[in-house]
Amino acid sequence: MAKTLFDKLWDAHVVTELGDDSALLYIDRVFIHERTGSVALKALQESGRKVRFPANAFGTMDHIVDTIDGRDDNTIMPSGREFIEAMREGCEWAGIRLFDINDSDQGIVHVISPEQGIVLPGLSLVCPDSHTCSQGAFGALAWGIGSTEAEHALATSTLRVSKPKTMRIKVNGTLDPSLTAKDVIMHIIGELGAAGGSGYAIEFCGSVIDSMDMEARMTLCNMGVELSAFTAMIAPDDKTIQFLKGRPYAPSGKNWDDALQEWQALKSCDGANFDEEIEVDISALQETVTWGTSPEHALPISGVIPTPNSESMRKALDYIGLEAGATIRGTKIDGAFIGSCTNGRLSDLRRAAAILKGQHVAPGVKAICVPGSMAVKAAAEAEGLDRIFKEAGFEWRLPGCSMCFFAGGESFGHKARVVSTTNRNFENRQGPRTRSHLASPATVAASAVMGRIASMSEVEAKTPNELASAKAS
Amino acid sequence: MEKFTRISAIAAPLVRENIDTDIIIPSREMKRVSKKGLSNGLFAGWRYSDMEARTPDPEFILNNPAYLGTQILVVGKNFGCGSSREHAVWALAEYGIRTIVAPSFSAIFRSNCIQNGVLPIAVANSEVLRLAEQAIGGSNGIFTVDLLAQEILLPDGEKLAFEISKQDRQTLLDGLDPIDRTLQLSDQISAFEASRFAAHPWVSLQVKP
Ligand code: SF4
Repeated sequence: MAKTLFDKLWDAHVVTELGDDSALLYIDRVFIHERTGSVALKALQESGRKVRFPANAFGTMDHIVDTIDGRDDNTIMPSGREFIEAMREGCEWAGIRLFDINDSDQGIVHVISPEQGIVLPGLSLVCPDSHTCSQGAFGALAWGIGSTEAEHALATSTLRVSKPKTMRIKVNGTLDPSLTAKDVIMHIIGELGAAGGSGYAIEFCGSVIDSMDMEARMTLCNMGVELSAFTAMIAPDDKTIQFLKGRPYAPSGKNWDDALQEWQALKSCDGANFDEEIEVDISALQETVTWGTSPEHALPISGVIPTPNSESMRKALDYIGLEAGATIRGTKIDGAFIGSCTNGRLSDLRRAAAILKGQHVAPGVKAICVPGSMAVKAAAEAEGLDRIFKEAGFEWRLPGCSMCFFAGGESFGHKARVVSTTNRNFENRQGPRTRSHLASPATVAASAVMGRIASMSEVEAKTPNELASAKAS
Repeated sequence: MEKFTRISAIAAPLVRENIDTDIIIPSREMKRVSKKGLSNGLFAGWRYSDMEARTPDPEFILNNPAYLGTQILVVGKNFGCGSSREHAVWALAEYGIRTIVAPSFSAIFRSNCIQNGVLPIAVANSEVLRLAEQAIGGSNGIFTVDLLAQEILLPDGEKLAFEISKQDRQTLLDGLDPIDRTLQLSDQISAFEASRFAAHPWVSLQVKP
């Protein structure tokens, strides 16, 4: 029978069927972080169980660590130290490799897992973090779970899983070089809705995906969960292989050659049957930005805020403090954030830096750039990107999730309006009453310079007045 | 884990779409490395007009005395979307919520419910609206949720059947720890693993590649 990529991945991991389309799946890799992993390790320890196969498990400190220079176990977030210490002790107890706070390979889990070659095509990988779907970009079955399921995966190397349905999203057209995977995925979420992928494992394919580099593919898969999908994935190809070659935990020698052989077969067969097939054309795509409090509230940058037709939309407008019928472009902002597992990789920072070069953020805008990992940070610094950011008035931080979410530490402030390269514009996500607008790194950089939600093209065309006020700041 | 067989309780309608786990339990309310002590932060952003001072917002439904003792939430589609934090379910369960009825749930949230003795019931949107209507007023209407019979008895005497997988139903009925059940399959797991490692040696990182 012609199988989908998902079917192949699923079938390769079935230890035993549990009936009713559920199976006990073998888990090849478990990744945990201090926010949700610490509690899983603690519960395991308290129940007298062990981590079954610690060599295949990894931990990182990314969520609540500070991102300011000179950081240590004390955090701006109250009680962060408790999480950090519990994580460190738990990993030591279990014998798990931990990418600790100032480890030269530390970073956001979904950034460092590929950097280290921990995720590979054909593997199953879980993490108590919803954006684990990012790693599906490598042709792995990677999905987010809760803490109790993480305990289960650590204790048994398996999980009990109900089989999701399959959806293929084919992205047609050509992607304008000025646009990015972030614009593509936000556009798709706007079209399908925040529940559009509910119950499905999504495979992205098509010429647009083929032409994307691995970092762009990760950005795309990252937001699969914002469609409420079980996970997202892309079949591996030459780019996948080139990316992984020589990474610390990737196979080498004969194993590498054997692995390559196998990875060739990791794609959906011709004629494979998907439960749902969707085609999206992106020929008319523009820079995309959100207006409300769900990623589905996406608009082209030239768009107009819609008239609410539901209670949920009315509440969203109320929270975000904007009027229906207004253009999204031109909305005044207080903050700009570049980073996160969505857009905290080198190519993202390069795109933002290309806009920021020779520019300065507008007066009154608090602008922050947080590289996704120590490796990204080092690579960016080697190219001088840090100087561009700093000269433009951005803070240049240490790696971590930082202000992608509010843990009680730093925020942009009450009712502050932030343009952000992150993946969630939920109420209070970036701080109490903080208003978030999602966008690509280039659009965020442009908006920071203009002091309002702006297109990249506006930076070039700045008026003399705006130039003068930026210089004065 | 608390078993689930049958409950009779009042229900609270909160029919808004895409209620995410950041809303259910804001991140800053997760102050300890613990599954306990979270109910105070449940829906904190909506429940308190001043989150610091914990001033209850009278507009929020669970602050209305008529809904005191609610064990059932009737909510809009895609409930529990967003962050995977299990703290959302721990907070709901500690608050006393045993059943959530929605047109759909996020997959991670749904599994988290099953792990913690909370029954997620997915029914058509029109049914959710029917339930929500009868839930208005809280203490006026008692709902009975029967997992054995797989049906909800509404205050007006009508019954509503619901589907749930055999796996999940059994987990909830037994209240058994899924890890214990899986550990009984250890031999099978080890055999599977041995053949997986033999065919794909790079899967095991025991010996660094
Ligand atoms: S960067 Fe944001 S979305 Fe990504 S893992 Fe960290 S908190 Fe989650």
